[in-house]
Parts: sequence; structure tokens; C-alpha cells
Amino acid sequence: MTPLSPADVTTMSASALADALVAGDVSSAEATGAYLDRIAAVDGAVHAFLHVDADGALATAAEVDRRRAAGADLHPLAGVPLAVKDVVATQGLPTTAGSRLLQGWVPPYDATIVARIRAAGLPVLGKTNMDEFAMGSSTEHSAYGPTHNPWDLDRIPGGSGGGSAAAVAAFEAPLAIGTDTGGSIRQPAAITGTVGVKPTYGGVSRYGLIALASSLDQAGPVTRTVLDAALLHELIGGHDRLDSTSINAPTPAVVAAAHRADVAGMRIGVVRELGGEGYQPGVRARFDEALALLTGAGAEVVEVSCPHFEYALAAYYLILPSEASSNLARFDAMRYGLRVWPEGKPEASAEDVMLATRAAGFGDEAKRRIILGTYALSSGYYDAYYGSAQKVRTLIARDFEQAFTHADVLVSPTAPTTAFRLGEKLDDPLAMYLNDIATIPANLAGVPGISLPSGLADEDGLPAGFQALAPATHDDRLYRVGATLEALLADRWGGPLLDRAPVLTGEVLA
Amino acid sequence: MISYEEALQTFEPVIGLEVHVELGTVSKMFCGCATEFGAEPNSQVCPTCLGLPGSLPVLNGAAVESAMRIGLALGCSIAEWCRFARKNYFYPDMPKNFQTSQYDEPIAYEGAVDVEVDAGTVTVGIERAHMEEDTGKSLHVGGATGRIHGASHSLVDYNRAGIPLIEIVTKPVTGADARAPEVARAYVGQLRELLLALGVSDVRMEQGSLRCDANVSLRPRGSDVLGTRTETKNVNSLRSIERAVRHEICRQAEVLLAGERVVQETRHWHEDTGVTTSGREKSDAEDYRYFPEPDLVPVAPSREWVDRLRATLPEPPHARRARLQQAWEFSDLEMRDVVGAGALELVDKTIEAGAAPQAARKWWLTELARRARADGVELVELPITPGQVAELQALVDAGRVNDKLARQVLEGVLAGEGSPEQVVAARGLEVVSDDGALGAAVDRAIASNPDVAAKIRDGKVAAAGALIGAVMKELRGQADAGRVRELVLQRLG
Ligand SMILES: [Zn+2]
Repeated sequence: MTPLSPADVTTMSASALADALVAGDVSSAEATGAYLDRIAAVDGAVHAFLHVDADGALATAAEVDRRRAAGADLHPLAGVPLAVKDVVATQGLPTTAGSRLLQGWVPPYDATIVARIRAAGLPVLGKTNMDEFAMGSSTEHSAYGPTHNPWDLDRIPGGSGGGSAAAVAAFEAPLAIGTDTGGSIRQPAAITGTVGVKPTYGGVSRYGLIALASSLDQAGPVTRTVLDAALLHELIGGHDRLDSTSINAPTPAVVAAAHRADVAGMRIGVVRELGGEGYQPGVRARFDEALALLTGAGAEVVEVSCPHFEYALAAYYLILPSEASSNLARFDAMRYGLRVWPEGKPEASAEDVMLATRAAGFGDEAKRRIILGTYALSSGYYDAYYGSAQKVRTLIARDFEQAFTHADVLVSPTAPTTAFRLGEKLDDPLAMYLNDIATIPANLAGVPGISLPSGLADEDGLPAGFQALAPATHDDRLYRVGATLEALLADRWGGPLLDRAPVLTGEVLA
Repeated sequence: MISYEEALQTFEPVIGLEVHVELGTVSKMFCGCATEFGAEPNSQVCPTCLGLPGSLPVLNGAAVESAMRIGLALGCSIAEWCRFARKNYFYPDMPKNFQTSQYDEPIAYEGAVDVEVDAGTVTVGIERAHMEEDTGKSLHVGGATGRIHGASHSLVDYNRAGIPLIEIVTKPVTGADARAPEVARAYVGQLRELLLALGVSDVRMEQGSLRCDANVSLRPRGSDVLGTRTETKNVNSLRSIERAVRHEICRQAEVLLAGERVVQETRHWHEDTGVTTSGREKSDAEDYRYFPEPDLVPVAPSREWVDRLRATLPEPPHARRARLQQAWEFSDLEMRDVVGAGALELVDKTIEAGAAPQAARKWWLTELARRARADGVELVELPITPGQVAELQALVDAGRVNDKLARQVLEGVLAGEGSPEQVVAARGLEVVSDDGALGAAVDRAIASNPDVAAKIRDGKVAAAGALIGAVMKELRGQADAGRVRELVLQRLG
């Protein structure tokens, strides 16, 4: 057998790389080095990373190789490198959440999921770009410049986790951690041709995630295959006593479900309200084909109605800003992060410094949402805004309950369109918000969701996503449906969708 | 200012008390940090109580249990389901710029306590007892008074941030009338006793583990509409609660009699001058934007848990007082003085440590009370334990020190020189009862006072006092006076 080339290593799936590491076909140091070289070659154009930790990653890799050589009992993913969204606290590694307010902040502690990743021996390649404090659907709201979609560098990679999705799509990492508050894992996955999973709320610890909206945030895997997502999901999932909202039960058997890859007898509910008008024809066409494939594999497709989904976006844009306005209050220049002294005020008070820092440190989108949330929580308006939004949330959860009596999973296109051009929607927040119309209901109800590639839209040749949603704590169903569809589509395409992505090489980029 | 009596001729005072109690749990409300008082600033902190990005709270079960026991002891109902809320406002001593506190869903609500004052019993209704976290502590440097105004800079110690607090809020107390200041003091005194008996807090007012805000309003006699109230903060001892309420009644009466209106505001009590001054005005503009804390799950104590805690409650204070009074054989007056001085717990522990009831009472209500008054502190705040008082009394009982020496030993203990035994040893305070040493001193006294000796020989026994005095003087008071007298009479009788 010929030895694996660096390109072989970076294009194989994480599970294949894990197998190669176990077989001794490649060392973790070689694999990590190949990915670091790939980052060095293409990230100037993609800008998926805010910080690359070559030394740390290689040190972890060397340690794993040493332990493997010594015959140690290692985690199945040991030695497989990964990238972490910059909203997740990493001890000793800068963590900015894409904001100027946290420029240079190095957390003194690890998020629980990072601690689990490190304990399992996965080298952390670096921190990925994102919309500031995860507010956005395009990664254009990063204080450090946008990330570019590897399928078309003039287009957005989705958001807020555009960095993680682009890193995986551009073969800069086999695995990445994302966070999903209204679609920030699934929507970027859809428009970069990758796989993203938002687990059940409480299924993965939030300890160490810089909070945007505490009742909606959830971390999850961003990968190139459904099995890879399951492997990473299983690693980071499970109860954490540092997160009071964490579910005290074992993670559903997601890896087994991905291996099983069978939908025979499964009832698949198409949500009437998530489709139709506003959805790009090419996105709808790919979705319909996927449904036909699943039917062919023995699934029963039914139509379900979730009438209150219509109000999901409105409720979301009251709940999220309300919680965010409170969560982001701590960025006040008193203890860490940016500190701006007000001009012409040598005797400034603490309040003056707080004001000057927050005025200079937050970007427009963050300010917009803080102001919205502060208003929505104000006395006299609370009932009309936050209170009503919470009622809508309850109704949406009931819609899901109802729908899940008719179907085992619910499906829809992940995002209404493919990737739009950088700058195209920057001045139109409402148009931007509509990107998350199909992903938001799952966050409001706390149910899990997956997005995987459904193909390329005919109009623009760009990736579209297929979303499946399952009842809370039944994340395994997502992997059954996802792995089945992935295999059927790969058969049809003759390989994974990402094989058809434009080649990013030093020469092409230059 | 007008007198208290004048104020009461026209107005009826209505008071309300908000007491913050720091719980004595080992760890903080929402993290595992230690709660020890007086540690190096910012040494008992972690990502959670510093509010670092990404950190999350986890509720301390022991704090919830303490809160429920306090609620039950105050006769409250315990909520079957309640939540925390976020109280949003910006201040440098608040790491997250919101305080996690129960808002409209307290863990305990609707209770009452009977407060005993000189002229009988007044029932104080309890509106709620709720859980919250403490803030950090600001130290303003460079200003004249330690207040922020005029300070050059401020330091913040976050050791206190996240310490569990229980806030106990009374309903407006309307029946107290002229006794309102006394009721305020007695209520807090009794509450403190109860908290001590529950073992949930060390309730040291001077260290801030029990903090009291006193609300006062006046209404014209005969009216049943509540007047505008002020909230007086910084009331740090039982005595100042009484003084502050009394002062505020007089001040408000004067304002109202002058035809002006009482401003709804926070006021600061000044212990030294005995007045309150205006703090910030409380207006409707203050909007804390409360909403349910999404990082915590609701607290839903099972009824079995509540019943189990109810069974651990100490005896109710009034029943306990009656039982102890009988056991100690104290008169009503003696018992009332002990309770009024906040010494019940101290006397009880002193007796438990072996002292006779009357002796224990005497130490705490005379010598130690004098000392506490002189230092402007509460008895419980004196640096002496009931065990040490009992040890001192044992020395007296054994004849090893006399009353005068005992007071010197006490001084030594209060000065931090150690236990009574250690002070006796270090200062050489033990009485001389060794006949050899005493006999020699007596002989010297007789030799140098021949005329006195002659009188005694003639049968004027009363003159012995002069010789005893001379011996005591020579031995610097450390002689067993009874034995000296015996030796004098033996030699001259
Ligand atoms: Zn702490």
C-alpha cells in the first residue's frame, strides 16, 4: 500500500482518519501537520480561523502518538484534530466570540466540551471565526472580518458559525465545534455542503460557551459526514454538573444510529409551513428529490402542520435579544477585555468607562439586539413582548408535540436559499433574519436538528441543505435519517458532495 | 427637631424591616468557592462568581435547605415551585451586571413572628423570605468618608460576590405605635436569636452577615392610608435600629408638620451623629428588567423534603425562653434583661459549659455588657466565648482568683491573650493561698502596724480590715482575703 499523502489525509472523513491512526497508516503528528499546512495554504483566502495553535495541536498529537505506541487505551477519535468556534472558552487560547470587546482575552478555564475533547486527545487546531457573539447568519458581523464560502469566495459561509463550517468544507479541519442558537450550526452547514447537528437542548453542556441566549444556545458537531457528527456528538454530549440545564441521562445512541442507517418503516413528516414561498426553486427541488429517495428506502412520508411556526421568528427576535441584553451586560471593561477611556475625561467614573467601552466595543448588530432586548424587558412592555414571546414558544412546543404524534422526524430545507453574496444583505437585517426561518423553531422548542447536503441548486450550483428534526432526547433518529440519505445521495453523485467543490490551492487562490 | 412624644401626638408610625442574612454555608450560592470572612481580597473566586464569559451557576442545595428552614421557622409556607430571576443593573461590584435573585417567586412566603417587648407581644407579619446572591464589596479610596463621592479610585473584592443571602421582608407593622422603635429592635434581635438557633448563619452585624434596612412611614392618627416611606440603610447594630427608627419618626414628623412632603428615598444612618441623611432617590425610573434566570432550573422542593426539614426545627423561641427561665430559676425581670441584651444564647452556652445560671447571667449583663457598651458593639461581637466565661467562673468557684483578679483575667482574654487559664499563668494572677507566704506577709503587717494589732488583741475584730488591706497591698491583691483574715485572727485572737 502506498503511504497516505497529506491531501489523502485532509480529504478523508474523521472516522476514516481515526481508523488510519489506529492502523498506524499515519500518525497524529503527520495528520495534524497536514491540516496545519492546509490552513497555511488556504486560510488566507477563506479566513475560517481567528487563531491557529500549531504548537499546542502538534504537542497534543505527539502525546497521543506516544501513548498509542505505548499501547494505551485511547478514545476512538484520539489524534484526530479539530477546530473550535471562538465562542467556546479554551484555557490558554484566545477566545473573542468575534468581538472587539474580548480581543486578547485568554480564558483561565476550559469549557466542559473542550475539557472532554482534550481528555480524549483531539489536537485543537485553533479557534474559528463567527458573527460577533453569534449574532448573525453570515459571519459578516465578526469584528475580525468575514469568512468566505469555499464554494465561492465572494459568498458568505452562513452564520454565526461560518468559520467552523468553512474550515470543514475547505478541508482545514475534519471536525469542528459549532453552537446553534437559531440555526448557527445548521444554516452554515447547509450552504457550505457540510453536516451540522444541533443536539437536544441540555444534551451537550453549555458550561464555557459565551452565552448569547441561554435558553436557546446549544453546542454541536460540524463535520463532513453524518457518522463523524455522531462520533463528535457522543464525545461532547452527556450530563455536566456545571450546567444546571444539562440533561441527567446518557447521550442517545447516535453512533449506533449512524451505523444502522436505515429508515424502513419510519414516518417522515414534511412541515407544511417550512417550504413553499420564499424558498429558492433549486433548494426545493433538491429537498423533494431527497424525500423521494427516503420513500424509496422504505420511509413513509406524511405532511404535518405546525401553525404557530409562523410566529417563531417574531418570538425568537424578542427572546434572544432579551436574554442577550442581560448576558452581554458583563462586558463592561471592569474586569477583563477591552477598556476604552472616554475622550476628554481624565477623571472618568466607572460608569463613563463602561459607556465608552461598550459604545466602541460592540458592533452594530450587537447594539441593535441589546437595545431591542432592553426595550422588550422594560417594565410596562414585558408582558406585551417577552411575556407574549414565551407564550408563542409554548405553542410552538405544542405544535412539535402534535406533529410528533404523526411522524418520527420532521423535515424541511435547512435554509430557504443558497449562499448569498458578501454584503448583499448587510444593510437589511430583516432579510438576514429570514435565513433562519426553518431552523429557529427547533431552538425555541429545544428539539434536536441535523442539516446535511441535499445537492447543488440548479440556479447557482451552490449547496443546499436538508434538515431533519426529532423529539427532544431522540437525537439518534436524526442520524438514522441522515446516514441513510447521505448514502443514497453519495450513490447518486458517485461520491460526497464536497468532491465537487472548487479546488482551493495556493495557485488557484493566487 | 421635635421630640418623639410630640411626633406621636399627631402621627402613627408604620415600620417595615428588610433583613439580609448571609448564610453560613461552606460554599457560595452558585459555585464551589469558600465563604470564609476576612480572607485575602479576591482569593475566594472562580469563573462563575467572577462572571467570566461562559461560566454558569449551579444552585447550592445547602443554601436552599437553609432558606427553607428559615422560612419554616418564621411560620411561612414553602413554595412548591419557584424560580430565580435576573435583576439587571450596572455596578462594578456586580460581576455579571445582574444579580441572580428571587423576584416574584420567593421560596418562603406568608409567615408571622410574635415579638416580645416590655409591654407585651406584637405580631410581625412576614411577607417573604427569598434567596439571592451577594455582590462584591467596593472600597472607595481617597474620599473623606469611604463613600464614593470624592474618592480617587475604588477597589473591589469579589470574595463576597455570590455568598448566599436570604432576604426576609416583613409586612408593614401597624400595631406597634409608640413602641415601633422598640419593636424594630426586638424583632431583629429575636430574628437573630432564631437564626443562631437554626445554625444557618453566624449573624454578626458588624461583619455584615446580618444587614438591616428599616422602612419608616407616618400617617395621621386615625388614617388607614400608609404614608410615604423612607428606607434607612447602614443600620449595623440592634441599638442603632432602635435609634434610627426613632430618629426617622421625629424627622418625618417635622417635615410633615412643616407642611412639606416626605421624599421616597434611601437614607443612610450615621451612628456617630445619630441622624439619617438622604441617599439616592427611589423613583419609578429604576427598572431592573427582571426576567426568569434561564441558566437555572426551577426549585421544586418535595413535600417530603419540607416535612423532613420541619422536623429539624429548633424549639420556638418563646417556648424555649419559658423552659430556660424555669430551669435557670430567673425572675421575669432577669429573663427579660437577658433577652433584651441579646444574651440568651450566650448565657445558655455559658451554663452549658458549666457555669451556674446566676453567675453566667452576671458576667454577661454586668462586666461584659459594660465592656460592649464602651466599645459600641454587641455582646456576641466581644472577642470572648461562652466557654471562656464558664472557665473564668470555674476559677472563681475554685477560689483560684477573687473578683478583682477575675476582672483582670477577663481583660486579658478580651485583649486576646488567650484562655482564662493562659491569662492567669501569663500575668501571674492567681491568688496566694499558700499559708507560708500569707503567714509571712501577715506577720510583717502586724509588725509594721503595732497599734492596729493591739486593738484586735483587745477584741476590736473590725480593725482586722486594716491588716488585711496591708497584706493585700503587699501581695498586689492576689491574696485569698478570707484566709488572710483567718491568719490575722489566729495570731491576734
Ligand atoms: Zn466562585
